[in-house]
Amino acid sequence: MGIAALGLYSQAIILFAALALFTSFIMLAQARMMPLIFTFAWQGLLLAVVSVLTAIASKHPELYVSAALTFTLKVVLIPWLLYRLSIKLNMQYDAEAIEHPTLLLLGGVALVIFSYFVAQSIIHLSGLATRNTIAVSIAIELLGMLLMCVRKSAVAQVIGFMSMESGIFFAAVVSTYGMPLIVELGVAFDILVAAILFGVFFFHLKDSFGSLNVGQFNRLSEANQPMPLRDAAGEPSPGDPS
Amino acid sequence: MDRELTAWALALAQALLFIAAAPLLAGWLQRVKCHMQNRDAPAVWQPYRNLAKLLRKQMLLAENASWLFRAVPYIVFGAVLLAAAVVPLFAVHLPSAAIADMIVLVAFFALARFFTALAGLDIGTAFGGMGASREMMVAALAEPAMLMAVFTLSMTASTTNLSVATAYMLQAGLVLRPSFLFALLALAMVAVAETSRVPVDNPATHLELTMLHEAMILEYGGRHLALIEWASQIKLMIYSVLIIDFFFPWGIATDFSAMALAVGVIAVTAKLMLLAVVLVVWETVLAKMRLFRVPQFLGFALMLSLLAMLTHVVLETG
Repeated sequence: MGIAALGLYSQAIILFAALALFTSFIMLAQARMMPLIFTFAWQGLLLAVVSVLTAIASKHPELYVSAALTFTLKVVLIPWLLYRLSIKLNMQYDAEAIEHPTLLLLGGVALVIFSYFVAQSIIHLSGLATRNTIAVSIAIELLGMLLMCVRKSAVAQVIGFMSMESGIFFAAVVSTYGMPLIVELGVAFDILVAAILFGVFFFHLKDSFGSLNVGQFNRLSEANQPMPLRDAAGEPSPGDPS
Repeated sequence: MDRELTAWALALAQALLFIAAAPLLAGWLQRVKCHMQNRDAPAVWQPYRNLAKLLRKQMLLAENASWLFRAVPYIVFGAVLLAAAVVPLFAVHLPSAAIADMIVLVAFFALARFFTALAGLDIGTAFGGMGASREMMVAALAEPAMLMAVFTLSMTASTTNLSVATAYMLQAGLVLRPSFLFALLALAMVAVAETSRVPVDNPATHLELTMLHEAMILEYGGRHLALIEWASQIKLMIYSVLIIDFFFPWGIATDFSAMALAVGVIAVTAKLMLLAVVLVVWETVLAKMRLFRVPQFLGFALMLSLLAMLTHVVLETG
């Protein structure tokens, strides 16, 4: 069944799903902190729009609730929390150097191909009009993971994590028309608590290490004190492989 | 028989209109840009005057210029001319579309670029060599992105023939295809790089260290330069018309009645003028990027065209 045979709502769902995938790629390429947060908010908005469209097309009114949840959490609350945090930590103009940007994007493309391959078996079992977008939801999840893997900044890693959660939520919407509402509420609450906890952690990290770059976290907190003399202690330090 | 003759006559007229209108597009672009930047704008025919002046001028050749240097302007102009004959400007189903398909069209541009780079190297000046190497770097990155974008379109239309593909897009009507959106963005980025516009190159300056295209043709003068500049204006027009044909084909003539043809000409003129305004806004808000940022820019274009192809396979066929 080609796209031209689908109704306008299904076409719009596919279009917005593709745009959400595109925002994942933009997040991979975006080195600056503020645009990264805004791109994450855009992705949330696109996913909320997909939920609303799915609700209209499939006549599942409970999807409106999950769309509203997505909107409040991923478009308003979490981006606002992260935004305020980056201003408080004075890192709104931070940009990190991305190593091998083009290679990273091509790696992302490879992940999309992989998720298409994985989703094939699910697509055959599903009879929903949105079944083609399952591959996209898996891809958003994997791209969020890739973002967490390659970025050094803790804020970017949190955004990667949230983006993974968006992917899971999206997968639920397009493969089964949403999870049970109680599960969804629970996950949404978890995410909110996670965002707040991450915020608290950011402050502690900034205090202890002076930076949010996870590459520097392997320095122990004694880094700014003189190193203890190993021979004088007479026992191996905790980091020793022996 | 009579109908075939009309069709060929129309194809010829279309190709002639293509090359005759290309400087006009450049003049319009220049004029809008000047207005945008609060400068006094030259007349729209200024490019024609420039070309006429260059054609009249005496030609000077460097002492060590070989036959290649003298042949290149004609090769470049010929390649671009052939490309212009293939692209449907105001009517589809013209017989000239059978000359070449989309892949050959890309090859025509590659041919023109290859010989321009050779001419840049031929004289042996530092600028020529530098320009040639930079141009080849940009080309090597832009070409795969362009081919991928074109393949996406031909996968949708199940043909690589430009005229048939345009007719297919026309009769398919409005379908929301994410792959087309990405292919459009990729093609626009590639077009900007290939026609030496901001942010990849700035066609208006001869600033030594930032030149790409201009550095290669620095040694040309007189009618050689006129031909090369005309060719690059036609190239800009071809890219614009390609974008219009693939993504906004509405209005193009499908039969050869006078009414349909008139509508086709008016539609394509209006769309080209609008597209030029978009290009001017793009050039005004962006600054020229460092040379070593260009691979990242084109890498993004390649990613977009790959994404276009993937969304076509993943979302639009299953």
